[in-house]
Amino acid sequence: MRKVIASIENLGMTFPSENGGLQALSDINLTLYDREFVCIIGPSGSGKSTLLRILADVLVPTEGKVTFADGQNPNRAIVFQSSNLLPWMNVIQNIALPLKIRGADEKEALSQAGNWIRRVGLNGFEYEWPQNLSGGMKQRVAIARALVQQPELLLLDEPFGSLDALTRDQMGLELLKTWETFHPTVLMVTHSITEAVLLADRVAVFSKRPGQIIHELEIPFQRPRSPELRDEIKFLQVVKKLRGMIVTESI
Amino acid sequence: MQRYGNKGNTLRHLIPPLSICVGLCIWEILVRIFDYPPFILPAPSQIFSRLIESIASGVLLYHTGITLIEVLTGSIIGTILALLTGYLLAHHPIAENVLFPYIVASQSIPMAAIAPLLIIWFGSGIMPKILICALVVFFPIQINVIIGLRDIQRNFLDLMKSMHANRKAQLKYLEIPAALPVVFGGLRISATLSVIGAVVGELTGADAGLGYLINTARGQYDTAMVFVAVFMLMIISILLYVLILAIEKRTLRWQTVQ
Ligand SMILES: Nc1ncnc2c1ncn2[C@@H]1O[C@H](COP(=O)(O)OP(=O)(O)O)[C@@H](O)[C@H]1O
Ligand SMILES: [Mg+2]
Repeated sequence: MRKVIASIENLGMTFPSENGGLQALSDINLTLYDREFVCIIGPSGSGKSTLLRILADVLVPTEGKVTFADGQNPNRAIVFQSSNLLPWMNVIQNIALPLKIRGADEKEALSQAGNWIRRVGLNGFEYEWPQNLSGGMKQRVAIARALVQQPELLLLDEPFGSLDALTRDQMGLELLKTWETFHPTVLMVTHSITEAVLLADRVAVFSKRPGQIIHELEIPFQRPRSPELRDEIKFLQVVKKLRGMIVTESI
Repeated sequence: MQRYGNKGNTLRHLIPPLSICVGLCIWEILVRIFDYPPFILPAPSQIFSRLIESIASGVLLYHTGITLIEVLTGSIIGTILALLTGYLLAHHPIAENVLFPYIVASQSIPMAAIAPLLIIWFGSGIMPKILICALVVFFPIQINVIIGLRDIQRNFLDLMKSMHANRKAQLKYLEIPAALPVVFGGLRISATLSVIGAVVGELTGADAGLGYLINTARGQYDTAMVFVAVFMLMIISILLYVLILAIEKRTLRWQTVQ
């Protein structure tokens, strides 16, 4: 038996609105296992971000619950679609922030942030303002800020959604490498089917609002995966299958 | 980062002081041509010699010092209270409902109208002037604190929540830096207002300060002295404004990055 990190049971979320409430999520059931990489794909407005925000303790669900392994709250970190870097802090301060919030002393926080700056390839940009960085670099900082927290559960909300196709591909491969080294459990929202098939162990397909999981697909490829996998027939077949699941539901 | 005033622009910096010099010359010439009596319109040269005289005798510095103390003490007290209550109001809408009528009331009474009351209650010393200064700086800063805190992006609030930031961390890493640019806007307005407040208080009833100096000089038809006092008030206002601008520039360096 694989170790369960989090189980999401009958989760629902209704936001208050003028006409009685807006149901964003309905009856979501999903189990996340240790060291698993799960992707969520679904139409926009289907509550994907809402689910991630619930898992990140930003929102409280109106129905159902999330239970974590051993009843303990695992370390969780989230990367938002907009990199969400604080403009009054330079790169290294942004990355060190979660550690400082946890009470780490300044020196320790900065040295750990420095390590992550190297790992995500931001050497030389430590003291740059986020406003001066390209979209890809900003997202690298945001990912470093999440990973510095050594999360057991890493939540990625369309982390590459605002990047151009080339940068996006490269960032995806970098993420794959990082994940294969540090192996947190990942729940990632993406719009790219190829990205999902390349990265994930399992893909959950969301319906239109209110979001429900209508399909779950195991991705059978061995790890470590190389970028060349994308050109193989078996990869394309899985992509095609996944595309079928999405297209039939979102028209 | 772009900077203004590089090489080619140095000449432009000379225009404002030059313009002042020309204005003063015209003033001097007009007074001499039309031969106004000094108690109606003294010439710049007469004002200047009065300035030197009053500095030498120590009178001017004494009264300037008093006004400065009133302005600074009042501004600091008013600013601290505005920051604290602004934070409270932004976080507790109920508190806003309770305090709002008082705040509006205190702000809709013209300063000149409450000055006599404060002087009846607290005498003609510096105390009531400090109160007036505190009162006039209070509102613009408080409003800006509330606006600054309310306008913090949802995204950033979510980020802090996801990192489980407590109140103190939230204040230190998010609220203060996010609200600061707006708060500085309030501080800049307040700098000028507090000088006006102090003078209104002194004109109403005082035994020291630049407002008092204006009152007594006027009584003696010493119009040049009135100009000197007005000039000093201008200097105080400008210095205060520039001081705040300098602090703002240092604190908000991240904002100037493009
Ligand atoms: N804080 C909120 N208050 C009210 N409605 C919200 C809130 N957050 C999201 N929604 C609504 O919930 C629905 C799902 O949003 P979201 O989770 O962002 O979808 P997705 O990420 O799948 O595009 C949308 O209709 C959105 O307008
Ligand atoms: Mg979303």
